[in-house]
Amino acid sequence: MVNEQKLPPVGELAILTMTLVVSGGIYMAAHIPDDVPTLLPTALTVLAAVILAVNVVLLSRVKNFAWPIFRQVAGWSLVGYGVISGLLLWVFIRDAIPNDVMTLLAASLVIFAVNIPLHFGFAVARFQPVES
Amino acid sequence: MEHTQTIPGAPPITHGEAAPAIPSFEIIPVKGIPLVALAIIGLIAAIVSEELWALEFAHVVAGGLWTGIDLFVGLIIGPILGRLSPQGRVEFSTRFMPKMVLLMPTLVAVTLVAGWSLANHTGDIAVMYPDHWWLTASFIVVGIMSVIALGFLEPANLAVLFELKKPQPDPELIGRLMKRFVYAAGITGVMQLATLIIMTRIATW
Repeated sequence: MVNEQKLPPVGELAILTMTLVVSGGIYMAAHIPDDVPTLLPTALTVLAAVILAVNVVLLSRVKNFAWPIFRQVAGWSLVGYGVISGLLLWVFIRDAIPNDVMTLLAASLVIFAVNIPLHFGFAVARFQPVES
Repeated sequence: MEHTQTIPGAPPITHGEAAPAIPSFEIIPVKGIPLVALAIIGLIAAIVSEELWALEFAHVVAGGLWTGIDLFVGLIIGPILGRLSPQGRVEFSTRFMPKMVLLMPTLVAVTLVAGWSLANHTGDIAVMYPDHWWLTASFIVVGIMSVIALGFLEPANLAVLFELKKPQPDPELIGRLMKRFVYAAGITGVMQLATLIIMTRIATW
């Protein structure tokens, strides 16, 4: 049986989270190597983290869902995008970026690495049959 | 009675006709994983070596392939794919889309990581405004493309592949997701033209 219940807006919230993280990243990258004003990127990162948390809670409350498929897709995506985030983090650390900016970049990359698997897993599992 | 079902951008599917035969395929082509690992190891070696040529090679090769593939898929393959017969689309998609699952994230990762390292190595990252706007413009273009690719294109790609794995795939759903894939690929393809302008400008200042 394919999932026909009304699902929470997980995809839309994931895209919003992604947009906030990317906007913060662009803002910081546009200032490096000069001093980066951290107020705006901090606000964007915190907002992205809150929306991601809300999204996880909303999805976890869905009863009838193809969870095995979700875990399969999200798991593989976590490996892939975890490697990509790790590489970017490593390059930023090598470039001796100041601690406050580095913390924000690391937080953004962690949000990114969790948000993408959530989005991909949901995008696939929502069309899959729910195992009884 | 013959009944016709229309999928946007695709030839009509007539009920009563045999459903498209779906060849067996892997969603993630396992044979390609060592090549991805090799590309990542090569990238790390280029960064650790701090050799200008190695960084330039990684950035230009991966970036050129990323740009070229985005343009080719978005502007050439996409419109052709939308006009193929259901059987042709299935045959092409099951062979083409799994490769994209591995290829594109690898090219994007190598391009961005090598590009950042290269800009630091050459000192381009430290250039003052207004010239720095070219770099900022490249960040904005890549940011928008990544939201489109990760938000719309890649999820549609994966959802189509999983749908095709079902015993009875839903042609209407596949058509809808393929339309999203083709539009997203077209938009990123057009945005890659901006990348070409920005990158050739930065390379020659």
